[in-house]
Amino acid sequence: MIKLVNISKEYKSGVKALTDINLHIHKGEFVYIVGESGAGKSTLIKLLLKEEAPTSGEMYINGVNVTKVNNRRIPYIRRNLGVVFQDFRLLNNKTVYENIAFAMEILGADPKDIRRRVPVVLNRVDLSRKSSSFPEQLSGGEQQRVSIARAIVNNPPILLADEPTGNLDPDNGLEIMKILNDINARGTTVIMATHAKEIVDNLRRRVIQLKDGVIVRDQKRGGYDE
Amino acid sequence: MNNFRIIKSTFRQSFKSMWRNRGMGLASISSISAVLIILGFVLVLIMSINALVVDVQSKFDEVEIFLKEDITEENKKLIEDFAQNEDGIKSIEYISQEKALEILKKDWGEEADLLEGVTTLPDSYKIKIIDIQNTDKIVEKINDIEGIDKIKYHKDIIDKLKVFAKYIRFGGIIVIAVLIAISVFIISNTIKLTVASRRREIGIMKYIGATNSYIKTPFVLEGVLFGIVAAIMSILIVYFGYGYLFDLINGKLSVLYSIMLVPPETILKDISIMFLVIGSGIGALGSIISMKKYLNV
Repeated sequence: MIKLVNISKEYKSGVKALTDINLHIHKGEFVYIVGESGAGKSTLIKLLLKEEAPTSGEMYINGVNVTKVNNRRIPYIRRNLGVVFQDFRLLNNKTVYENIAFAMEILGADPKDIRRRVPVVLNRVDLSRKSSSFPEQLSGGEQQRVSIARAIVNNPPILLADEPTGNLDPDNGLEIMKILNDINARGTTVIMATHAKEIVDNLRRRVIQLKDGVIVRDQKRGGYDE
Repeated sequence: MNNFRIIKSTFRQSFKSMWRNRGMGLASISSISAVLIILGFVLVLIMSINALVVDVQSKFDEVEIFLKEDITEENKKLIEDFAQNEDGIKSIEYISQEKALEILKKDWGEEADLLEGVTTLPDSYKIKIIDIQNTDKIVEKINDIEGIDKIKYHKDIIDKLKVFAKYIRFGGIIVIAVLIAISVFIISNTIKLTVASRRREIGIMKYIGATNSYIKTPFVLEGVLFGIVAAIMSILIVYFGYGYLFDLINGKLSVLYSIMLVPPETILKDISIMFLVIGSGIGALGSIISMKKYLNV
């Protein structure tokens, strides 16, 4: 599903963010990416999102080599990846429903399909009642659930979550993890960068640990620490 | 994937965004209008001067060919045939000695007595040229025929006029180019503010997988709509403003022969098309420039 071969990333400033990363993530896996700040987690996410291009190495998503693609192709690659951010990134002038529908509109979805699909994902994140609320009227946990709903509404094969629980209290964090776990159980590959030790230790999954831009651990059903 | 739906939602977005940012929109529209209005008056000036040039030129379309006394009938025939076959010549007229004297007498009026006994006037042909640009070429060709004494035409005046008209056109093009550049700059800055205020939204759209053109089109459309609204306003202002000026000048100064203003009705169509094209062009170009920075997420 995702394959990185000898990927390195050196920023123009000379900072070596990632060195010689080899990684193979299979369909349906749930993967934590852990490591201290500056270990290279963000860079890895940015590479997967095609926000940054690797300095060297090869990158495959869904069997397609996406190492060097024309800028015009990037939106189409991104449609394979639903993204969830630490800071939710919702449109504050749109309702919950509209925020989710918007992700389908962008791809030119049929309004009938939108009307059918949005309630389904809203139900999946348990927000059916808040459909016509605006993001600012919601709690942090609810906002993050909206952003998850938006990320999965187009049925992407991969869900990328960058510190999805970072801004939330433990209870809300747990709620988010339940949802992510549920999404993963339905076949979506989930990649989650995180600092949350309790979560990683409690919901044991594959753990990839980065340190100074190198993979120092790749462990099935691992804990946050070795 | 349905393109029509994408277009529909794009339009909806542009109108929403225009309404949301109507203060900024007003600024854009005014700046484009200001430029178009100045452009309109520059155009009127150029058109009026052009009309003047055409008018003056038409008065200098005569070439006089003076013949030697001993010119053969054959050569006269040659000149006449040439004039009849040459596309650039409108008409040819033979002016005999006697007729020339008559014309001269008429011109001199009361002092015509002085012309008594004058017999040395040459026979001549008077030809009219269709396009004054070709005068030199035609004169050159006629000159090859034997028996011609000299050819007179208003070469100096024509040359000066041509240069004058060229400068006016050239100057006009420069003024217009500078004005367009300025307005593109203004609109790109105005739309840049709109874009900057929606930077977050653009970023989110990019992460969701929106194509650049999907993101860009509402802004470009917004720019084009600004341009069209500005064009319509400018057309009305220039048409009525110039119409007022035209009546004023013509009413007071029509006695002066040299004032040759283009009537407002004749410019309306040209200016409408030109303003709409330039206005929407400025709007589109301005927004494309302003978007450049924000699309590389």
